[in-house]
Amino acid sequence: MTRTTAVEPRLNDALVIELAACLSADRVHTDHLERALYGRDASLMRGDAGVVCFPRTTAEVQAAVRVALRHGRAIVPRGSGTGLAGGAVPVQQPVLIVTTKMVDVEVDLANRVAWVQPGVINLDLTRQLRPLGFHFAPDPSSQQSCSLGGNVANNSGGPHCLAYGVTSAHIVAIEVVLPDGELAMLGGLGADPDGYDLRGAFVGSEGCLGIATRIAVRLTPNPPAVNTLLADFVEPAHAAAAVSAIIAAGVVPAAIEMMDQRITQAVEAFVGAGYPTDAGAILLVEVDGLPSGVAAETAIIEQVCREQGARSVRIAADEAERMLLWKGRKTAFGAVARVKPNYYLHDTVVPRTKLLDVLQQVYAIAERHELIVMNVFHAGDGNLHPLLVFDAAEPGILERVHAAGEQIVRASLEAGGVLSGEHGIGLEKQSFMAWQFTQPDLDAQARLRDAFDPHARFNPGKVLPAGSRCGDLAHLDAQHRDRLLADGVWV
Amino acid sequence: MSAALAPVGPLPDRVVRDPVLLAFADQVGGQDAGPVAVQGGRTQWNLGGTADPAARLIRAPSGVVAFEPAEMTVQVRAGTTLDELDAVLAPAGQRVALQGLPAEATVGGVLSVGLSGPMRLGHGPIRDTLLQARYVSAEGLLVTAGGPTVKNVTGFDLCRVLVGSYGTLGLLAEVTLRTRPRPQASVWLAGRADPADLFDRLYRPVSMLWNGAEVWLYLEGYPDDVAAQAALAESAGLSLVPGPPRFPAGRRSVPPATLRHVRLDPAHQGHFVAEMGVGVVHGEWPGASPAAADTAVVALNRQIKQLFDPYGRLNPGRDPMSVPTTRTGQP
Ligand SMILES: Cc1cc2nc3c(=O)[nH]c(=O)nc-3n(C[C@H](O)[C@H](O)[C@H](O)COP(=O)(O)OP(=O)(O)OC[C@H]3O[C@@H](n4cnc5c(N)ncnc54)[C@H](O)[C@@H]3O)c2cc1C
Ligand SMILES: Cc1cc2nc3c(=O)[nH]c(=O)nc-3n(C[C@H](O)[C@H](O)[C@H](O)COP(=O)(O)OP(=O)(O)OC[C@H]3O[C@@H](n4cnc5c(N)ncnc54)[C@H](O)[C@@H]3O)c2cc1C
Repeated sequence: MTRTTAVEPRLNDALVIELAACLSADRVHTDHLERALYGRDASLMRGDAGVVCFPRTTAEVQAAVRVALRHGRAIVPRGSGTGLAGGAVPVQQPVLIVTTKMVDVEVDLANRVAWVQPGVINLDLTRQLRPLGFHFAPDPSSQQSCSLGGNVANNSGGPHCLAYGVTSAHIVAIEVVLPDGELAMLGGLGADPDGYDLRGAFVGSEGCLGIATRIAVRLTPNPPAVNTLLADFVEPAHAAAAVSAIIAAGVVPAAIEMMDQRITQAVEAFVGAGYPTDAGAILLVEVDGLPSGVAAETAIIEQVCREQGARSVRIAADEAERMLLWKGRKTAFGAVARVKPNYYLHDTVVPRTKLLDVLQQVYAIAERHELIVMNVFHAGDGNLHPLLVFDAAEPGILERVHAAGEQIVRASLEAGGVLSGEHGIGLEKQSFMAWQFTQPDLDAQARLRDAFDPHARFNPGKVLPAGSRCGDLAHLDAQHRDRLLADGVWV
Repeated sequence: MSAALAPVGPLPDRVVRDPVLLAFADQVGGQDAGPVAVQGGRTQWNLGGTADPAARLIRAPSGVVAFEPAEMTVQVRAGTTLDELDAVLAPAGQRVALQGLPAEATVGGVLSVGLSGPMRLGHGPIRDTLLQARYVSAEGLLVTAGGPTVKNVTGFDLCRVLVGSYGTLGLLAEVTLRTRPRPQASVWLAGRADPADLFDRLYRPVSMLWNGAEVWLYLEGYPDDVAAQAALAESAGLSLVPGPPRFPAGRRSVPPATLRHVRLDPAHQGHFVAEMGVGVVHGEWPGASPAAADTAVVALNRQIKQLFDPYGRLNPGRDPMSVPTTRTGQP
């Protein structure tokens, strides 16, 4: 690992004292261990959290933000730290505001929303809503640990976002402490709040436009009927073709997930979900809704899969079998840890009809770089998640991993795709932004950021590459990534 | 770099070269080219303030550029009318969630106004249909916001801000929209029933309207499901009707629960049509006026406009912040 810049923490005592006065001394941490712990998220990046705060209320968040502003310190919001793009990795020794103690939920059935504090864990919310007949539709694979604030900031997706839409479609209003310390309600319970859609601008803004302190999420009624199918293919190509054929048949299932042989085997060894380990790829497809539609779509999907060469199509017989099939998918990342200690994950999206092409390129790229690649992804949306698994202790491996990742990104863009489907840009994919956007495109995004945060106090150094506003990015190249990384961050 | 590590191929050209879009950008002109506004079908021309007579009126280019049914997306120029678009999508059994409008309303006009129609309950707000927008900035440059794929979180989400911006931040030239399958069956029912009670008993109805006395219900889906839900509604007192009621003039948005709790003076019955579960009320609403936006929200709106159009040349006279609570009714 190379350390680009070493910054020794120099703590401003007055800052810590004032923060402790706003919160309480036991909820403002400055020790080395804690700062190191909160220096990372689930990506490979690391930074140094200057001071780590754990507010409980909106008023405490606002007070902490104001103290940080007075001391000229950057502010970085953080939820559970499961982000994969370095979004919560602290840059410029900021005041890190961790939301894990903000976990209140208030259900408002008459408006079909729940008001949640940002630290509420995605799955906890759904568990609380289920008995009432509702759930929160976005279900990232990390839903056991990721926070709603993180979901909002990254506009997270999940298997069931194919039919239900990503987080943005489920957020009605957001109470935000803005980068100048003011409190604002973006959006609202009414259908058409006045002015520009600031709610929409905030969702997916990766902690750069302020910190969400209360969120009104839409409640989705639990479907009366659900079917989960497992289709088993000899060739990944056939599985990919089946994905396009299902959509082309006019069916938009609740979810279509694909897993290739390597990941299927790893998962099967890990949880015993009953996946066929000799399959070249499997598809996990779910349909839900009213019973006759579910039956009709199940029949279409089964037929399409068989026409595309599925060896077998299994329909979960009961809730227990259904849960087991999903458990395999949702613990895939855990299973990977048993193969190699590290993984690097890309998150590009390609047109669904290009899935097969790009997948084949992904395999070729991994082979060229002598890397192991596993694919487990939201196939229905064309959202690839190639996992390059490796052992960081092996000399020179990180260079190969990054080179392969870069080529995967290029291949996806060439196919008409985009850089990220759900994990965001953070620190990690910043240097690729100029591959997808022109200078005027980036400049427009920078204007939106400037409107909220003209002095770049919130989550500085994230999302937009340096120079987006006016500089010349014409020669920007990912090989210069090291120079683009902000001070104090190392890979 | 060894040969094995060479890039896969050239990066795609990100610069827009479509001569039709470039010609539109030329029409808009650079920052010194004076005030300019796009006219669509002029079906909501007076919403969001009066057009400044000094503004040059231009039209956005039209035509469907690409439609790939297996992708469930359509790339269409902003001046295309909704009918023209629908004619391309219908043969493939698809549609976008923008139907039921005057034939002359344009894709760009509908998105720039940003108001959803009465199917919002089931189809979602129209803002969620926009995947990518190519617009001309106040500097006269073609800018791409969002991306063409059905899922995308690359960078800040400018598309959301463009929807409902009344052409004050950028003039839409071409958009990529999400399409959906057309349903196999659909039906309207109406009758006297308790709307809140009926709403709770149905699974995701596409539209439910209420005028203080009568309820209208719209269902879509597979034939047997529609029949079963319709039977439920019939047992509550509804029967088949050809379509929805006419909307009275005036439009206001309220939290959906307001519609459940409102105590109605019988005199108000029939003077409004409310969208249950959504919170849009057409006509004269007896309830209180909605609260004004926070000062911080007003300030953010001003800053966004200032940064996107420091010259004040894009659709002067229009301001989404000033859209009156009484909006013109029937689309
Ligand atoms: C095993 C695994 C599986 C995953 N699967 C998925 C998946 O299926 N789909 C998916 O979309 N993602 C997935 N992710 C990525 C990640 O879990 C999501 O991005 C998640 O939403 C992040 O939530 P968090 O609470 O961990 O946020 P963090 O990592 O703490 O922060 C993420 C970003 O949000 C900002 N932020 C956090 N809280 C707030 C707030 N209150 N206000 C403003 N900004 C805030 C941070 O500054 C940062 O930029 C996965 C990650 C892992 C490790
Ligand atoms: C299903 C449905 C139902 C609806 N129901 C209602 C309703 O009940 N009540 C209601 O008030 N509205 C309703 N609307 C919204 C309204 O009908 C449309 O927004 C309207 O038709 C606008 O289209 P137009 O082409 O006529 O725009 P115009 O009237 O020509 O223009 C409207 C505004 O948009 C700007 N504009 C037009 N084109 C562009 C462009 N390319 N780029 C930038 N700015 C542009 C114009 O300058 C003007 O300010 C509904 C919309 C839908 C989708």
